[in-house]
Order: sequence, then C-alpha cells, then structure tokens
Amino acid sequence: MTAADASALIRERFGIDAVADGGLGVTLPSQRWEEFARFARDELGCRYFNWLSAVDWKDQGFEVLCRVENLDAPLVVTMRTRLPAGETRCPTLTGLYQGADWMERECFDMFGVVFEGHPDLRRILLSDDWEGYPLRKDYAVDTPLAPYR
Amino acid sequence: MPETRQVVEVGYGGNERLMMNMGPQHPSSHGVFRMILTLEGETVVAVDAVIGYLHRCHEKLGETLTYVQYPSIASKTDYVAAMTAELAYVSAVEKVAKFEVPRRAQYLRVIAAELQRIASHCLWLGTWCMDMGGALGGGATVFLYCIREREMVLDRFEELTGARLLYGFHQVGGIRYDVPAGWDKKVRETLDVIEARLDEYEAMLDANAFFRVRTQGVGVISRELAQAVGVSGPLIRGSGIGYDVRRAEPYSSYEDFDFLVPVETAGDCYARYRVRMVEFRQSIRIVRQGLDGLPEGPISSRPGVKSVGQVRVPKGEGYARVEGARGEVGCYLVSDGGPKPYRLKWRGASFSNLAVLPYIVPGHKVADVVAIMGSVDPVFGEVDR
Repeated sequence: MTAADASALIRERFGIDAVADGGLGVTLPSQRWEEFARFARDELGCRYFNWLSAVDWKDQGFEVLCRVENLDAPLVVTMRTRLPAGETRCPTLTGLYQGADWMERECFDMFGVVFEGHPDLRRILLSDDWEGYPLRKDYAVDTPLAPYR
Repeated sequence: MPETRQVVEVGYGGNERLMMNMGPQHPSSHGVFRMILTLEGETVVAVDAVIGYLHRCHEKLGETLTYVQYPSIASKTDYVAAMTAELAYVSAVEKVAKFEVPRRAQYLRVIAAELQRIASHCLWLGTWCMDMGGALGGGATVFLYCIREREMVLDRFEELTGARLLYGFHQVGGIRYDVPAGWDKKVRETLDVIEARLDEYEAMLDANAFFRVRTQGVGVISRELAQAVGVSGPLIRGSGIGYDVRRAEPYSSYEDFDFLVPVETAGDCYARYRVRMVEFRQSIRIVRQGLDGLPEGPISSRPGVKSVGQVRVPKGEGYARVEGARGEVGCYLVSDGGPKPYRLKWRGASFSNLAVLPYIVPGHKVADVVAIMGSVDPVFGEVDR
C-alpha cells in the first residue's frame, strides 16, 4: 500500500482529498470519525495506533487528531476532525484500538473532550476532583488550586 | 464494566477475590505509580493502573515557555534519557521552522543520544534485576555493576555539558556545547569497558536458571496487541516487529550510520531483555562510528539570542519523532508565528508502553507483576509529563 494507492482509495470511499504532510492528512466530519478509523485499520493496514490528541482553536472549536500507521508499508495517516464551537462530544476509537483507551482519557482530562462510547472515561493524569481542563486556552496558567478537601 | 477492569477467570478455583493496592511508593515502580490489583489467591485477575503522580502539565508549560527556554525543561519529561527528550522537542521546532542543523551538531546529537541509550539501559537492567531480587544471586549485585558503568557515561556527559542528569545540551538549530579536548579518547575507553562488561552481565543472567524462569513466557505481548496499543521501542521489537524510528524515518544523519535493529519474536520479558542487550552493543557501535566520522564545522546554525523571545517559528504544524531508549518519543507542535508554540503535544514512549500493562498482567502471579513492569522500563516523568 503506497501513499498514492491509499490516497486514491480514500478519495473513492470518502470523497476526500488527502493532504501530503509527510504522511497523509485527512480531515473528516466527526460523524465519519470511527468509520474512517475502521477503514484505515482494515483496508489501509494502519494497525499501529500512535497517538491521539486535540488542539483548542478557541472560538473555532476543538480539533481532534489521531495518528495511525501501517508499519509494513510504511504509511502514516493523520486523521483530524473539527468539533463545532461549544461541542465537546467526539466518537471513541476504543472499539478499534486498545491504545485509544488511555489517549482518549488524557484528552478528556486535559481538554474535556467527551469520547462517546468510551468504556471508562475518567481523568487519568489529574486527580478526580480537579476543576477545569488545563489545556483549554481559556484556562489560566495561574489558576489557583481548589482548596484542600 | 470497562474492559480494563473486566475480571478474567483464570487459575484459582475459589471465588474469593482480594483487592490489593500496589504503590504508589512501591520500590519497583521506579517513580510513583499505583496499581490496584484484583487477586484470586496469588493470581492477578485485573489491574487498574493509576498514573499522574508526577504530572507537571508539560504541554501547558510548552505553550508558556519560548523556543529558547523550553529545551532544557524538555529534558525533565524523561529524566533518565534527557538527551533524547530534548532532541524530540528541538527536532519538532526545527521541522516546523525548517531550520538547518549543521552536520557536526547532527553527529554530536547522535553520539549523545546513543550514549544516553547505554546509560538508560544500564539503569533499566540494574533496577529490573534488583526488583526480581534474591533469585539473581544476591539482590543488588547486578544493580551495583550497572550503576558503576552508568556512572562512567554520566561522567562523560558531565565533561560535555557540565550536568549529569538534565543536560540542556540541545538548542533549536543545533547544540550548545562542543566536545572538550581529549573527550573522544575518554568516550572510547568508556565504551571498551562497557562492551567487555556486557559479557559479564549476560554470563550472570543468561546462565541463571532463575532468571530465565522468571522472564521466559512471562508478560507476553502479541504482535497484534503491540500495534493496537501503540507500544514502541524494545517492547515492539521484542514482539516480532522491526519498528525503529531511526530506520523508519531517519533523523539527525542516522542514515549515515551502520547498525542493526534487533528483533525477537517471543514477546515476553526475556525477549525484551535480549533486544536491549543487543541495543547496548549497537549503540556502542554507533558512537564509535560517530566519533570516527565527526565532521568539522559549526555546532549551531543560528546566532545567540539576547532575549528569550527572539527565536520565532513561522505559522505551521508538524510532528517530529526520535527513537529514545524506551521507544518513539515525539512532539506534535503547532505554531502561530510567535515565540512560543500554540500547542505542544508530547507523545511519550513510556505512556504508550505502560498502557499495555492491563492487557498482559492478568493471569500472572503477584511476583511476576514486578518482573513485567521492569521489562516495560517505564519512566514516570515521561508517563505523566
């Protein structure tokens, strides 16, 4: 599976032009997030789950990114989806990749993105009673700690 | 019920379950890490891994510190392999900004990274053998030997950078220190000593029946699981996949170097041990090649700055990765054109490697938990970031 083959297949199945960014970059609506990940895993052979994270674009909403790889090809696919402003829900990939479990929990912990269908969505790095989501742009660096309870 | 907490029925016939807390101050956690084990007799049936005790929100720190300030802080993510942590960050900045790095700096980065791998693996081997305790001929024996060798590498780093743990060696566009006079001779002597001592370690361990019993067939990671979880480094290479960032996407002149990427297929603790023992020798080989072929020239492509905000990166984004001692260490960086990143994501190798624990520990005895965790070689600064 070369990048050109993968790119053609993506265009045929999803009607999206993949951007060459060292690998392939694909921007999807969140409704097709899981469908595309399944396609990438099963048909593009991207069985390696590298990482998942988000970027807070302030009033333009969150962007969720996920990087998966086909280690044999080699082929790298970076999936992106933009959640509309105020929207925090995104489908989970835990049904496809076990690695998505902790990565999505971290993303939830830091950004408050709620991965719908995640079996165990709780904070992972911060304590359970932490208030706010530190990597959001509106979270001040000097936010005082909540008083000791 | 979440999959990670699902109870797997194995071994013990009784239905009595015991929840046992392991950590966060357990000596084998090599940091601060808590596991909530569900036991049936002595057999672990479920693990809930609790991390975050060392969390400093490096990603937020990265957004608040400039490109000049952050590299020395980056070394605190993985403090056992600080050189490669710094390298991951500066590589990401250089990739997004399209900064050139002089060849001499590239070679010295390779030398530093490989020496760091040797030092890091020394610590891994020593602590792992100490965790497995008395079965290996007196607890701390291998540990003390390994620390003795690690000290020699740290002495070389001290001569190079003035620091022994957190170096601040890299900067965006190159490195900060050139080699002192006579350094290469000392490095070669160090490598000769370590190379000979590796044979001693192997003689102590490979011929030790207890060591083999405690590691062979224990903590098996299958090829499929390794990929689905996203483990990297010695873990994935111990599971039959020859994935190494130095080969998959050569950076910093690694394409000039001749080395082997060891692969083992068993996927157990012993396979990971074998992979790392070969990596020791390959790292020694790479450092020697680097010293032999060290080009002349400048060590940084940009002039010094008078204030910390003077390095700016054009608008853009990119992901750069390096092969650290524990696997793929990467930084995803988004720049808005200012002196600080808009967003910095750390892909810590230890985080992804540790995420495999809930899938491989159930079914083993409590004593094996320590052996498995040691074979994963997590550094909690990098897990929690």
